Amino acid sequence: MAAPAVRRWGLRAGHLGIVGLFTVFTAFPFYWMLITTFKRETDLLKRANNPFVYNEPPTLENVRILFEETLYGRWLANTLFVGLLVVVITLLLSLPAGYALARLTGRWGERLGIGIFLTYLVPPTLLFIPMARVIGDLGLQDSLWSLVLVYPSFTVPFCTWLLMGFFKAIPPDLEEAAMIDGHSRLGAFVRVVVPISVAGILTVVIFTLTLVMQEFVYALTFITAARNFTVSVGVPTFLVHGDVYFWGSLMAGAFISSVPIAILYNLFVDRFIAGFTVGAVK
Amino acid sequence: MATVEARRVSKQFGDVRAVDGVDLSTREGEFLVLLGPSGCGKTTLLRMIAGLERPTGGEILIGGQVVNDLPPRARRIAMVFQSYALYPHMSVFRNIAFPLKAAGMPRAEIPQKVEWAAALFGIERLLERKPRQLSGGERQRVALARAVVREPAVFLLDEPLSNLDAKLRASARDELQQFQRRIGTTTIYVTHDQVEAMGLGDRIAVMEGGRVRQIGTPAEVYDEPADTFVAGFLGSPPTNLVEAADVLVGFRPEHFLPREAHTDGGNLTTLPFHITRVEYLGADRILYGALEGRFEGARVVARLATTVEAKVQAGRTQDFAVRARELKFFDKVTGLRTTARVP
Repeated sequence: MAAPAVRRWGLRAGHLGIVGLFTVFTAFPFYWMLITTFKRETDLLKRANNPFVYNEPPTLENVRILFEETLYGRWLANTLFVGLLVVVITLLLSLPAGYALARLTGRWGERLGIGIFLTYLVPPTLLFIPMARVIGDLGLQDSLWSLVLVYPSFTVPFCTWLLMGFFKAIPPDLEEAAMIDGHSRLGAFVRVVVPISVAGILTVVIFTLTLVMQEFVYALTFITAARNFTVSVGVPTFLVHGDVYFWGSLMAGAFISSVPIAILYNLFVDRFIAGFTVGAVK
Repeated sequence: MATVEARRVSKQFGDVRAVDGVDLSTREGEFLVLLGPSGCGKTTLLRMIAGLERPTGGEILIGGQVVNDLPPRARRIAMVFQSYALYPHMSVFRNIAFPLKAAGMPRAEIPQKVEWAAALFGIERLLERKPRQLSGGERQRVALARAVVREPAVFLLDEPLSNLDAKLRASARDELQQFQRRIGTTTIYVTHDQVEAMGLGDRIAVMEGGRVRQIGTPAEVYDEPADTFVAGFLGSPPTNLVEAADVLVGFRPEHFLPREAHTDGGNLTTLPFHITRVEYLGADRILYGALEGRFEGARVVARLATTVEAKVQAGRTQDFAVRARELKFFDKVTGLRTTARVP
């Protein structure tokens, strides 16, 4: 065989090998959650068993526990409720803010943009104490509305910064053309800039939903009643009794709530990546 | 239809005076070209007329009405951008319909109007496409159709041909002018390309350093330049400028011919010309060199049409001549045109 052919096949094999490794690495947690969900307790705990396969027939018992003996359905609904509201609030605030930073403030735009990004870097573990006071004063303890109020504090800065990059990549000519064609600046923004930025808006939606679904500290601090929990707090609170872990149900809970996000990511993965790199290059 | 007038309009960007007290007015239905090198303020002036920039001083009038405080949408203008600025998420049809919808035209009347504008530019078959599926020339037509569709009082065009390749540009220029003549709408056209300006404009306003240096018909600005800038900017190669006592003497390369080539006689000024290089360009020969004798060392260029059969050779000094009426005189300090003085 000729040397270039060998080289080509070598490169190909190396390429596939690396991709394969990463695939296994990222898919393994899903596989683990899925098989554990349907494993019997005895199968799980016997040390002689091969942990990667079913040694005893699968069961639906864990899923039954999750849905019948905990408020999992309710938690899912809570999470969705908070998530959607936070998405709406985030879009309402960060679309105009990002646009303003990209267009209207001249050289101050960039500095403000960096400033806003820096506020995103302040960790929730530092903020939850002062936030608790605010929530207390507003009388929102143990209410989902406390989360609706608090979550935008970290989604808005990041999404503003993200959208700013998007808007900067849109030529100002387009808005100016729309303004000459008969619209105000706001009209040009709504009819031309927003439709062109669909990719950015999708990125914001997915990103915000993900953050809300995984958030733990605020949800644990501000919510006390079980029926108000979100998935990220409810599942570990109710399926870990002291040092007894209900592994099957835990994994079922984690699997069910992570799959929709994974699907969402995969549907929009190209646009999502564009969302993070646009503006970086230009 | 309307005229556009600028009264002592200026624009300051920080420390930079982009437009410096410009007075300008178009005539009814005129094709006025703003010509100048990049950074001369021509685009800023156009954007102020469009309402995209606010003047820091002076007034802008459209149709006799001061429009300084009107937003772009209220000025009854249409603009074609250098980038064409087609809305990428809309089909050609929706792009052209966009200004009509914004103006609140009844839904039923829109298709007819769009088709009328599309027919003007021969783009009826492109109406379903998206801008990214169009060639440069097609995009330019769509941009023009979008501008014309709501029958504005004034057209503003910002280098609309600069993104086309050379061949297409010539035919687009031709179409553009025919179209403007047909609809007769006052048009202001910005370009840095003197060929475009000379070919298209009823009048040309030559700008430099934020000021209008001269405004006149193509023949006026070319034949009777108001100052050394205009003389040097127009023409290729530009006007020769030679220092003589207290004035600058200017003459066009195509008027600087071998003495024997001036067959019609007349009052000739003879200048010995040492040729250093000859460029053969097909239709013309361009001769580079320096004068000798009275203006020893002054570098000048001559342009001989191939119909001038005189023999020229690099390395030789030959007698060249300019007709006395082709000599233009400029003040050495201000660069402005002065009266004739015998050099």
